[in-house]
Amino acid sequence: MKVTTPNVTTQNMTTIVSAKDLQAYYVTNAYGVARTVKAVDNISIDIQQGEVYGLAGESGCGKSTLLKVLLGDIQPPLTVLGGSVHYQLDGELQDAATMTVEDKRDIRWRQVSYIPQGSMHVLNPVRRIQDTFHDFITTHKQTTKRESKEMTQSYLRDLGLPEKVMRSYPHQLSGGMRQRVTIALATILWPKLIFADEPTTALDVVVQRGVIQLLRDIQHKENSTVVLITHDLGVHANLADRIGVLYAGKLVEEAATKTILKSPQHPYTKYLINSLPSFAGHSAKESIPGRPPALDKPPQGCRFHPRCPLAISKCEHEEPPMLELAPGHRAACHLLTSSSA
Amino acid sequence: MSSTSAHALLHANNLSKTFDIRRGFSSQAFYAVDTVSFNLDIGQAEIFSIAGESGSGKSTLAKMMLGMEAPSQGTLSYKGREVSTLSNRDKRTWFYKEVQPIFQDPFAAFSPLKRIDHYLYETLFNYKVAKRAEADAYLDGVLAEVGLSLAEIKGRYPNELSGGQAQRVAIARALITKPSLLVADEPVSMLDASLRMSIVNMFRTLKDEHNVSIIYITHDLATAYYSADRIAIMLRGWIVELGTVDKVLGDPLHPYTQNLKESIPQVDPDKTWDKVTDLAELEADAFLRQGCRFAARCPAVMSKCHTQEPAVYEHKGRKVKCFLYES
Amino acid sequence: MKILIDLIRFSPSFRVGTMILSIVVTLLVMSFFSPYEADERRAVPRNEPPSRNYILGTNSQGQDVFWMLTFGIRNSLIVAGLAVAIGRGIGVILGLVSGYLGGLWDRVLSSVVDSFIVIPRLPLLILIAVMVRGQLTFIGLGIILGLLDWAFPSKRYRAQILSLKERDFTQTAVFSGMRTFKIVTQEHLPFITPLLLADIVSGFLFALGMEVTLAIFGLSDMDTQTIGTMIYWGNYYQALLTNRIWVLAAPIIASVVVVVGFYLISLGLTTYLDPRTRLVRLQAQS
Repeated sequence: MKVTTPNVTTQNMTTIVSAKDLQAYYVTNAYGVARTVKAVDNISIDIQQGEVYGLAGESGCGKSTLLKVLLGDIQPPLTVLGGSVHYQLDGELQDAATMTVEDKRDIRWRQVSYIPQGSMHVLNPVRRIQDTFHDFITTHKQTTKRESKEMTQSYLRDLGLPEKVMRSYPHQLSGGMRQRVTIALATILWPKLIFADEPTTALDVVVQRGVIQLLRDIQHKENSTVVLITHDLGVHANLADRIGVLYAGKLVEEAATKTILKSPQHPYTKYLINSLPSFAGHSAKESIPGRPPALDKPPQGCRFHPRCPLAISKCEHEEPPMLELAPGHRAACHLLTSSSA
Repeated sequence: MSSTSAHALLHANNLSKTFDIRRGFSSQAFYAVDTVSFNLDIGQAEIFSIAGESGSGKSTLAKMMLGMEAPSQGTLSYKGREVSTLSNRDKRTWFYKEVQPIFQDPFAAFSPLKRIDHYLYETLFNYKVAKRAEADAYLDGVLAEVGLSLAEIKGRYPNELSGGQAQRVAIARALITKPSLLVADEPVSMLDASLRMSIVNMFRTLKDEHNVSIIYITHDLATAYYSADRIAIMLRGWIVELGTVDKVLGDPLHPYTQNLKESIPQVDPDKTWDKVTDLAELEADAFLRQGCRFAARCPAVMSKCHTQEPAVYEHKGRKVKCFLYES
Repeated sequence: MKILIDLIRFSPSFRVGTMILSIVVTLLVMSFFSPYEADERRAVPRNEPPSRNYILGTNSQGQDVFWMLTFGIRNSLIVAGLAVAIGRGIGVILGLVSGYLGGLWDRVLSSVVDSFIVIPRLPLLILIAVMVRGQLTFIGLGIILGLLDWAFPSKRYRAQILSLKERDFTQTAVFSGMRTFKIVTQEHLPFITPLLLADIVSGFLFALGMEVTLAIFGLSDMDTQTIGTMIYWGNYYQALLTNRIWVLAAPIIASVVVVVGFYLISLGLTTYLDPRTRLVRLQAQS
């Protein structure tokens, strides 16, 4: 099954999620020590209907926080200080910030769904898989036990999962199978928008491939939108249409997958791609020097400058603006010049 | 490769570990590690990688090498002494100084309620590696080898460090006794791809400059290829292919190894997968099945694969457990 | 010390608990400066209601209720403290041993623990008290209470240790050359501490309650002033019928206050020591 990359600049594409100047901090105050972690800082992202949007970056760069904000799952100490998130569902524009709890519950799973990282915590350990599916379906839809069973059966068959799974308990399944069951559970109501947080981390390569295939199948069948978070660029290369690279709470580069992997522009993206091992040889590979900054005291100016080999003095004081390098390709670096400038 | 245990650093001979799984009232032995043999030579340090999917028995094998689990059948000896017969005293005075572990999750490997340097000092003093007055200088030296300094980590709790730093401290702790063998069980799988290289690079340096042999257990074939000298591919308790990484990963023979190599996602948009892979079915079934444990997923399956267990054949300079290479 | 100041500043329940307990401790210390002997009778006018001279009034035996109360609190806390020290001591040791060593040790100890759990404690206590009546000092009572109250906590500690033993850091400790005793006391005990604190408080509640119960039945050492015996003698001399409720009110209120004080302190300590809040705090300091 060869996947054709949809053309990003297609005319009739609609934006399904739009985030503007998002700012979300963790504000904690424990026994008198106040701390603010700037996990998401001025990020604007538009996600198109029917695409797979990949978010990449090292751990602690704010990927998961961004996902939480996009999902509207905001609980203290996480606070949204600025910006907005809008959903475009069923032709209706909804502001995630002003949605009531009922509204959220209404769209969650049926319209917007979420695949978490650890599948063990999602499935009830003392119930068979088919019962978990039944519980899940009936909370969103009026169905009898038989209907939900048939629905589950045909869905699992569509996804190529063995039927035996339905009668199993979660602990009887391998980690990969559990993760695929979790994905099936999260998508059985055919949501339009699927958020996946590191769905393949901690799985081994063959299983990872199966999980990615599954996600791709689901996405193709219903032309749903997937927002995929993972630090593994190999996974992005195989699944995502567009990739946004995050560094220390900032979006540093965004472009179509092909463009960003073949000609990355931001020095951080270049490092990220070059540091990966390949089967080309045993020659020594460099890892990125230093480590990501602590987000409670991010560096002044460009947040990458302490680790950047190309940093100039301007980088230390001035935050680089987001530049449009080519249509659909933007990056934030002082060394780059805008295509329009 | 010498096969006598006298010349071996680590020698596994038909090593097996069984667990009982209960089905209703009957119970059946389940081979987590099944008649595995391999050998690490003494004197010549190497990085020996053990790779395979989860549930292939890698971690059970690691636990046996560390003396944490006793083998059910077969023998495992370190420098000629059988690991499972060592007394607690022998372990504390000799074995633990020689063989040290590195765990998967650096944050689980240290108690969150203890300062991380506590473990360094404990190791140092319990094995009487250095005197109290020289302790700090010694630790600083060990930490320098992993790219850290004592000042950076002293008095800090594990959660104040990044995953990469914590894993470096874990490696530094393992190096304090100047061991001859490190057993690293998935040491980079919890780390970001960009950080993995720094750890793997460190393994290469340790091997080259300090003559430390490393058992590198991983499911990440790319870093195994990059760092290891030899590799053993495990499948459901068996070693199905064993040889140098250039041979085994450069030109995989066993259909399972081929499948593994193909499944690595490449960071090249032109090299995406175009085939669909079959996945393992329910775990326990594959272990209990007769014949080859890869038969259900194998693209080159023959009829005898379903009934007979393949033997280990020497082919193109490596060992393969597959009927395809029978002649 | 910094911890104490932090706790008093940021944990309201700890602050109030400390205030209450410091009042209790003040009373306890005052017993050493009492103008009368603990069992001295006819020292003051009888049956006086609370007044400026006798802040909690006097009883029908001519004893000053306030000073009696200071002795009562002292002795009751000695009984309870002894019971808690013995009970929790046994509980921790057996829990750690049975959890970490496992195997035969665990099987033997677990069956002992289980049989202690099913013993109905109050009837047994009454039985013992009746048997040794007259010879049971309040120290002896404390020891017996301690010996009866360790099984449940011990089971909890064992469960904790069992799960801690499986965690990687235990292996790190083993490979760091630490001996079993050190691993259990240095690596595992800190995780038990929050549980232990909660159990110390519940132990106090149990011991105080039992002491009062036995005293009301007239089964404990009736010559020693405790909160329980004060209630017993108050009833004996018909404080309620004769409308001298201050004689009973003082010990009853005192027991409630002691219990509440301990509870509030443990509440503050438990949140402070909870590994999760502890992590947040550690993070905040970095």
